[in-house]
Amino acid sequence: MRDHTSGYAAHPSPTQGEARRGGSGSPGADPGAGIAIRLRNLHKSFGHIEAVRGVDLEVGDGEFFSMLGPSGSGKTTVLRLIAGFEAPTSGTIELGGRDVTRVAPFDRDVNTVFQDYALFPHMSVEQNVAYGLAVKKVPSHERTARTREALAAVRLEGFGSRRPSQLSGGQRQRVALARALVNRPRVLLLDEPLGALDLKLRQQMQVELKNLQREVGITFVFVTHDQEEALTMSDRIAVFHEGRIEQVAPAAEVYQHPASEFVATFVGTANLLRGSSARTVLGTDGTWSIRPEHLRMTDPATTVDPREHHADGVISDIVYAGPVSRYVVALDLGPNLIVTTQNATLAPADTSAERGRRVRVVWRPEHALRVG
Amino acid sequence: MTLSRGARLALTLAMGAGLALVYVPLAVVLVNSFNTSRTFGWPPAGFTLDWWVRAWQAQGLTTALWTSVQAGLGATGIAMVLGTMAAFAVSRYRFFGRQAVSFLVLLPIALPGIVTGIALNNAFRTVLSPLGIGLGLFTVIVGHATFCVVVVFNNVLARLRRIAGSLEEASMDLGAGIGATFWRVTLPSIRSALLAGGLLAFALSFDEIIVTTFTAGAGVQTLPIWIFGNLFRPNQAPVVNVVAAALIVLSVLPVWLAQRVGGDSGGGRL
Repeated sequence: MRDHTSGYAAHPSPTQGEARRGGSGSPGADPGAGIAIRLRNLHKSFGHIEAVRGVDLEVGDGEFFSMLGPSGSGKTTVLRLIAGFEAPTSGTIELGGRDVTRVAPFDRDVNTVFQDYALFPHMSVEQNVAYGLAVKKVPSHERTARTREALAAVRLEGFGSRRPSQLSGGQRQRVALARALVNRPRVLLLDEPLGALDLKLRQQMQVELKNLQREVGITFVFVTHDQEEALTMSDRIAVFHEGRIEQVAPAAEVYQHPASEFVATFVGTANLLRGSSARTVLGTDGTWSIRPEHLRMTDPATTVDPREHHADGVISDIVYAGPVSRYVVALDLGPNLIVTTQNATLAPADTSAERGRRVRVVWRPEHALRVG
Repeated sequence: MTLSRGARLALTLAMGAGLALVYVPLAVVLVNSFNTSRTFGWPPAGFTLDWWVRAWQAQGLTTALWTSVQAGLGATGIAMVLGTMAAFAVSRYRFFGRQAVSFLVLLPIALPGIVTGIALNNAFRTVLSPLGIGLGLFTVIVGHATFCVVVVFNNVLARLRRIAGSLEEASMDLGAGIGATFWRVTLPSIRSALLAGGLLAFALSFDEIIVTTFTAGAGVQTLPIWIFGNLFRPNQAPVVNVVAAALIVLSVLPVWLAQRVGGDSGGGRL
């Protein structure tokens, strides 16, 4: 019954396997790598709204680092503070060891890919990409060569003379990438760059971005509210909540060992048991999280391995979701649990017969994680 | 929407009548400027360029024309700078009284010219005269600028609302300083709106008569004032006709240009 690895099928992205391998490296994988970004006790208020409330963070050179959180959690504000578009209320920002807290955006060795791409509409694709080199007075032959190289890196050769308005969303996105990367910044900041693309294109761009980052070796700081996107692409993830960081850890660890109740529920789905529910079901105090894919259902008559825990209940609802089905089990002890099962064989067309069936929910004790 | 045959015919006729009401008199003025008959009888008695020659030699006409051009250029210049700055302030910054500023900038175009004229006349005489500055071309320019600012402001504001603020951030992010960002990114994005606003402002200033009357003083005569002064002198009537004809041709130009460069921003105009 050791089918726990199958739990990842809850995330049906085709890139999952690859990203997991890529994501297994810790930030210190390269011992020679320095610190690209260091934030110390960063605060930012807009009027009496505190958007960022004390953020400490270190991002290593060459890392693919994601800042994940719901809208309004402060992740974009932190990105804008790093870029220099906003000045912090207090705290310091270091880039490559240099304090840039009060340095203007045009004097910082970072470039940004904007959510709306912010391509200059009155310039051709080529002029857009060459802009950073032109304002820095890079000689024109080098400018041309680097622009061509950057356009090739995002597979847009031959598009140089077009206007941004003549491109599709995905192409504009790649122009924005090329325009930032051509400057070879120390850090590339990406503000939800895939948000405007449709699902298929987004998944394709996730893979491309990840590959591009590995090729150029530049530190990527990627802001997203999409937990699957963050898990797929990142070396490490910082989970933001109400202006603070709840957890910074490698992607797999954020999912498998959430540091708080918020992280457990925001990244993936979690069954939370707290207070009296925790006492009756788990026999202990505190707040606990169990992933739906770590639960399994058996017939109430079957005997359970003594090393496993179980609780009996009634199936109250079933949601068919393609590769998996989600069952809601109302435990006799009170709380509801969500159980996902893989649809390895064809699911029965009529699930209503299942509703009301008595089941035994079984889990391994190490899969109940204390989150508070 | 589909319309019945009768309805379409009625609408076409109504539109034709409306346009005819505006343009037939203008066409008559144009034709009469070549009419040999001094009483403008219809049909025209014959073709002559005599009035055009007389107009060119008429007392004070070329001076008045030059004064109008100077006033128009001056007022337009002030309007383009101040209108653009005001549009930036209102669209890019949040400050106390932002709505009030927006309203106060727009108000002069709606105020009756005679009110603006009297108010400015009083103000200039009480404030500027003690400083040794009398009514003249300068005060005409300032007076015209009060309402010219509005068209530039409106055009630029409409454009700024459409272009993303992130363009300027992107420029600075890529290493351009504040000045380079303005010249390379901001100005090109608003250029056509600014030009359209400027052309309309010039057209507004060029045919202004009421505010001009109150701010020009004795020695300064703009073209509309010269026309007004000569309109009721029987001898000058054919010459006035010529000037009117010339102005029709001249004013078509900036409006046509403004519409071309302004593109679809036409909705932002007054």
